[in-house]
Amino acid sequence: MSIIRYQPSELASCSPFDRLASLREDMNRLFDVSLPKDCSLFSGWSPAMDVHDDTNEFTVLCELPGMKKEEIELSVQDGTLLISGERKGTEGKEGETFRSERAFGKFQRTITLPANVNASEVKATYQDGVLTVHLPKTEEAKPKHIEVSVS
Amino acid sequence: MNTLTKTEDQKTSQNPQTPQSQRVLFVTPPANILETAEGYILEAEMPGVGKDGLEITVENGELTILGHRTRHDLKGRELFRETRGLDYRRVFELDPSIESERIQARMEQGLLTMTLPKAEKVKPRKIKVA
Repeated sequence: MSIIRYQPSELASCSPFDRLASLREDMNRLFDVSLPKDCSLFSGWSPAMDVHDDTNEFTVLCELPGMKKEEIELSVQDGTLLISGERKGTEGKEGETFRSERAFGKFQRTITLPANVNASEVKATYQDGVLTVHLPKTEEAKPKHIEVSVS
Repeated sequence: MNTLTKTEDQKTSQNPQTPQSQRVLFVTPPANILETAEGYILEAEMPGVGKDGLEITVENGELTILGHRTRHDLKGRELFRETRGLDYRRVFELDPSIESERIQARMEQGLLTMTLPKAEKVKPRKIKVA
């Protein structure tokens, strides 16, 4: 007689429908959360973002073409970076619209960084429509090299 | 008349002349076009492209916009990526009423704004009844 590792039956049957149940719960809960007035889900736009993790800092790139420096807001709190702002539309410009593919209005993007950053040392530049944010990590968050001493 | 609105969407994504292996992929920049009495105003979003990275050509009644990105090689591990890092290309067929010699372009923070003036003869003119 061979020995087979015991497996509870409910674990063994990992059907794709198991996930559907949790999806359904999520869907049910979707409207329980009160949505903010200017929710980006329905109106605004979501600029593309890149995040890089280096030993000493995080670098975040955000594509925000055709904005003014003053229209972009940045804030860092508890390792969370928030980029928000508003791009003004073409109201006031006279003429007939032929093609309208650009997005306007408010936007907001939040990223939780995997380690704490030194909020006072955060630097941001805006060039060619790309916002670059350098977020240096706090001393505690930086990787440390520990020598192993042989006694 | 409204031929400026026509774009060659197939052409913008890949160059059909080159064989499959050598195809250069491009991103189609989102654009807005406005028509005024004087002409057309075209705006195209090309974040990451500076003034020097732009190549605008008018040939056979076609306006080709090419935008080469300034590459930023970021250090470290990539946590996530949403930008595509590809160059931009888009072709517009020009309305014959546009005077191609007087086309102007301006690049500001990744937003290209072009003014394409109409020829004097096609501009609407009011005629007074004597």
